[in-house]
Amino acid sequence: MEHVTTAVVGAGHAGLAASRFLSDRSIEHVVLERGEIANSWRRERWDSLRLLTPNRQSRLPGHRYDGPDPDGYMTAGEVADFIAGFAKVADAPVRTGVDVTSVRAGRTGYELETSLGPLGARSVVLASGACNRPVVPPFHTEVPASVVQVTPFDYAAPDRLPDGGVLVVGASATGVQLAAEIRRTGRPVTLAAGEHVRLPRTYRGRDVLGWMEASGVWDQRYDEIDDLTRARRLPSPQLVGSPARETLGLNELSALGVEIVGRLAAVRDGWALFSGGLRNVASLADLKMERLLDTFDAWAASSGTDAPPPERFAPTRVPASPRLRLDLRGGEIRTVVWATGFRPEYGWLHVPVLDDKGRLRHDGGVVGPGLYALGLPVLRRRKSTFLHGVEDDAREVIAHLAAAL
Amino acid sequence: MTTVSNGVNVKALLDARDALKGAPEAAQFTWRATSKWQDGVHSTTRIQQFFGLGQEQNHKSEAVFEADHPEVFAAEDNGITPIEYLLVGLASCLTAGVASVAQNRGIQLRSVESTVEGNHDIRGILGADSDVRNGFNDIKVTFTIDADASEKDIEALVAQSQKRSAVFDALTNPTSVTVEVA
Ligand SMILES: Cc1cc2nc3c(=O)[nH]c(=O)nc-3n(C[C@H](O)[C@H](O)[C@H](O)COP(=O)(O)OP(=O)(O)OC[C@H]3O[C@@H](n4cnc5c(N)ncnc54)[C@H](O)[C@@H]3O)c2cc1C
Repeated sequence: MEHVTTAVVGAGHAGLAASRFLSDRSIEHVVLERGEIANSWRRERWDSLRLLTPNRQSRLPGHRYDGPDPDGYMTAGEVADFIAGFAKVADAPVRTGVDVTSVRAGRTGYELETSLGPLGARSVVLASGACNRPVVPPFHTEVPASVVQVTPFDYAAPDRLPDGGVLVVGASATGVQLAAEIRRTGRPVTLAAGEHVRLPRTYRGRDVLGWMEASGVWDQRYDEIDDLTRARRLPSPQLVGSPARETLGLNELSALGVEIVGRLAAVRDGWALFSGGLRNVASLADLKMERLLDTFDAWAASSGTDAPPPERFAPTRVPASPRLRLDLRGGEIRTVVWATGFRPEYGWLHVPVLDDKGRLRHDGGVVGPGLYALGLPVLRRRKSTFLHGVEDDAREVIAHLAAAL
Repeated sequence: MTTVSNGVNVKALLDARDALKGAPEAAQFTWRATSKWQDGVHSTTRIQQFFGLGQEQNHKSEAVFEADHPEVFAAEDNGITPIEYLLVGLASCLTAGVASVAQNRGIQLRSVESTVEGNHDIRGILGADSDVRNGFNDIKVTFTIDADASEKDIEALVAQSQKRSAVFDALTNPTSVTVEVA
């Protein structure tokens, strides 16, 4: 059986960042990738997707965007090329087309089964992604058969959906983007909004994610956050990266003619039943956005940054009596789009490191002796899952790995 | 931070939260009420026992609630109407939430008052119009809160108390209800 010092599972940006720091320390390793480099950006995104992070935040260790539009937003294809470019300059020892089907604890380190045979490794870095499977609520089975159901993994473009009404479930980044795109084809769209994170695209003349970075919000460490479980479950912000740099929240969607309803709570007897708590989730989102903007203003005042004066945005307009139920058998809705989040897939991980909800237990990416993870939400910092966020995490996690060898 | 006292033992609640994380069985509670018809539309509902933390529990004393309908419904008005009990539940649940969240956030409360209004089109229950639902069309809760906190922080208190409220959830989300004859 072949042996390596370290096996990295996954050649997304997280696995490649790990590889970069392993190479810097001359630690012999391989990066195993079931598909191709940046596979998720090539296979698991819809056609129109652009990053919601601006180009200036497309940074990997020693590698950055150097094109003409630092405030623009890359398409999925451009992200894949950017990551592949990084793999090349970093000279990462990637083996593509190698599916890791099992990881077990061995006598010295770990034993991996792969589609190309077994492999022993003293340490393993799990960089297999946080978004391997769409999450769909269990009551999707109650949706009548006449209605087509899609997840963001099946969805490619609006013209591939049947004509007629669409119910988009979930109002985080994916849900708001798809609701807007589908609505622009003229289809009637209803958006079921549960708890969400509202953000303007630009604030005081700059990209709001630039403020997150500059004011230090994104660098907040996992061991400084009060409720880490909550922070790790926070939905993605309502943002879209578009050349127009538009804000895309519930107000903008209403203006496009999207009907906003509460969280989809159940499907019963062919009826979709929505929560009557829409006003509450909207006001929680408004309050949290304002608190975040206050943080930016305070930082701007103390750092002497010259930016245009503070702005405030209109509260979310919620319909006076939002619809509470919708007949899915009536023909009004032809498609349900589940934009209800993603989860990692660990079916191949035969080490007892998952909690009762199937989540990886780890302390800042340290899972257990010789076992590490990267790329999970708030792994070490609020920015952990973002492209530019992985560098600091990977440096620290690989330092831990090296010290333990 | 100055110590605040709203009379809520938040520490105990947070400890319970941590303890229950590893013991979901203990977190399963069943609240029970038994009701007896008196006469007309008058009934008496008693509450004393409940199940929780893995065993039967008792309130300190039995609580008795009379329910009837008002005279404008040609009834005797021996108690509030059943649907008004929902408003009692909602107001008291949100108020408890406001106090708990305030305690947790270090906000001293001086007074918390609320009025709850439930709009009810009774043509539904009378069967006069099948398009009208039986329950409330909408409910409005208005809080007046005096506290050592900014307006924004008070708004956030109220928003958070809804987020954690059992009755708010029970009223806003569908619940499966089975009614059978024993
Ligand atoms: C819809 C969407 C939009 C996003 N938008 C942004 C954005 O705008 N900006 C931003 O910074 N981030 C964004 N992200 C978040 C994040 O950057 C991506 O999820 C990113 O792809 C995560 O990188 P990763 O390396 O951790 O995981 P991935 O890119 O998912 O890489 C994991 C790799 O592991 C491979 N793999 C998995 N299991 C195995 C196995 N058993 N054997 C072998 N290989 C395996 C996969 O094929 C994949 O290539 C977005 C995520 C999603 C889902």
